[in-house]
Amino acid sequence: MSGLMAIFWKELADHFSSKRFIILSLLIYMAGVATIYVAAQNIRSGVTETTQFIFLRLFIVSGETIPFSFPFFLSLFIPIVGIALGFDAINSERTSGNLSRILSQPLYRDSVVNGKFLAGLVTLAILVASIVVLVAGMGLRMIGVPPTAEEILRLFAFIFVSIIYGAFWMSLAVLFSVFFGRTATSALASIALWIFLFLFMSMIAGAIAGAIVPIDQNSSLELVAHNDEIYRTISRISPSTLYGETVQVLLMPELGNPSLTLMLISMYAGGMIPTPLPLGQSLLIIWPQLTSLIALTALCFAGSYIRFMREEIRST
Amino acid sequence: MSLLGWRSCLCVWADGENSMGERGVIETKDLVKAYGKFIAVDKLNLRVDEGEIFGFLGPNGAGKTTTILMLLGLTEPTSGAARICGFDPTREPLKVKRITGYLPEKVGFYEDLTATENLEYIAALNNLPRDVTSRKISELLDMVGLSEMSGKKVGTFSHGMKQRLGIADVMIKDPKVAFFDEPTAGIDPEGIDQVLTIITNMAKQKVTIVLSSHQLHQVQKICTRVGILSKGHLVAEGSVDQLGRETIGGGKFRIEVQVSEPTSKLVKSIKNIKGVTNVESSGDLLLICCDKDLRPQIARTVVDSDSLLVQMKIEEYGLDDIYMKYFREQ
Repeated sequence: MSGLMAIFWKELADHFSSKRFIILSLLIYMAGVATIYVAAQNIRSGVTETTQFIFLRLFIVSGETIPFSFPFFLSLFIPIVGIALGFDAINSERTSGNLSRILSQPLYRDSVVNGKFLAGLVTLAILVASIVVLVAGMGLRMIGVPPTAEEILRLFAFIFVSIIYGAFWMSLAVLFSVFFGRTATSALASIALWIFLFLFMSMIAGAIAGAIVPIDQNSSLELVAHNDEIYRTISRISPSTLYGETVQVLLMPELGNPSLTLMLISMYAGGMIPTPLPLGQSLLIIWPQLTSLIALTALCFAGSYIRFMREEIRST
Repeated sequence: MSLLGWRSCLCVWADGENSMGERGVIETKDLVKAYGKFIAVDKLNLRVDEGEIFGFLGPNGAGKTTTILMLLGLTEPTSGAARICGFDPTREPLKVKRITGYLPEKVGFYEDLTATENLEYIAALNNLPRDVTSRKISELLDMVGLSEMSGKKVGTFSHGMKQRLGIADVMIKDPKVAFFDEPTAGIDPEGIDQVLTIITNMAKQKVTIVLSSHQLHQVQKICTRVGILSKGHLVAEGSVDQLGRETIGGGKFRIEVQVSEPTSKLVKSIKNIKGVTNVESSGDLLLICCDKDLRPQIARTVVDSDSLLVQMKIEEYGLDDIYMKYFREQ
């Protein structure tokens, strides 16, 4: 245990003093503040007497100068932070000749992986929580509408999910750092995978869905819904889709289920105004997405663990 | 390893223990490490006793580092057994690592941390109490001659300084056994001298030391015993003198005597000394082969005869000669 804590504290200190991390956090803070500022400027549009969750709207409204909402920015930056925290976890220790020195000390090998992962997780949690609290506080001052209890709970859930999402990318990067000898290789592999899952997965999903259920403008509603169902199923392979859906459900309670089918039904069934879901129901909807994210994280972590435990540690 | 294999090697181990009696600090029994078809270490049997400085010699790729890694539990043996102070490095790695120190060939430190911070980290990993740590670190840095650099970042250190810091790093947990993999590689002669002096001082404190090196002269100077490893086999083992006699002198002592006027009578009377096997004379030099060190007897014989003794020396074998002989024969 002592070995684990020693590694944890050292890694934590390393993260917070590394230039890489400081630059990334500054970037994220700036982006966060800018998006919330624009959102607060534009929040009046579309707000009526009956609008609920005004405070949460702060997080989803985007303006014309910055056409992205805060969660979108976060979904862009969290993987980068996760990768930055993990891509050189093991291989930099190996190439610098520190690994054989550390592992000849009386500690279990898993302490090294655990300590590094834990330190990354805490760093990530501090970063995500601080940025959300910062922009929430800023928004509170700007719009002057205090959040309700449920909105606060939803924000906490949002923070939690974002940390899990970052943990997934970090554990993936750690996995690559165990498998690839060079830090450049592991960094590029992580970023390539991120770009693939973030940008191309939805394109591929769209193409496959179009091939299976071709639709055009005259297609029946049923067909469109079927196509959308296939599209969503395939794109859920990508953790960024899972995260996007989760955030959507958490921050837009009136949207309900992220599936198009239900939305269409509610729209066509007499133009009902969608009623916001209670928090419990929202959590129930995102439960599969959330567990998938956690499972993927655990999978990557286990992979790096198994490989690292049996590895031969040479100094050259 | 299959269950059967493990059991059979346990049996072998038990037998070995009986015949060896007292346990060495480091013992290996038929230690094998194979990478696929390539056998890096082949049935290595080794024994190092307390307080020894054991020199581990051999060309690159002979399996020196692999053996050290197996002894430290940093890689698993394919078969055979290793013990350090009676602990199995594969099954009880923590017990072994608590009492062993290891200076890898390419030692690295956290370049952004100072020398003291690097040592503090290792002390923390060893769970040493804080007050002991700071005192010990200043003592050790003093010992390796780096006390002035204690607050400087390791990134600014020269190779020799890093190597000395590595020795302090090994010493911080008071190891019973210390492994040095090429500790003198790539440092200047003065640095080599410093490193070797520190290592010799360690051995005086009853630390058992295993040293792998190519610098034969240095090894010869400080090692009590050497083992020569070639293609995974231990081809020779013993003290440098003993190895020299066995490999080059055919197990004999060779004594060179210079006398003023060598006579055939003198040669004859030397031949009559018990233990002398052969005498050759060339000019005023007599080359005497004998079973043991007979210098006193030879001196008396010369003085008793009419000749005058100019000088007498016993031939010493350099590790260079021994080493070259082994690798030329192959």
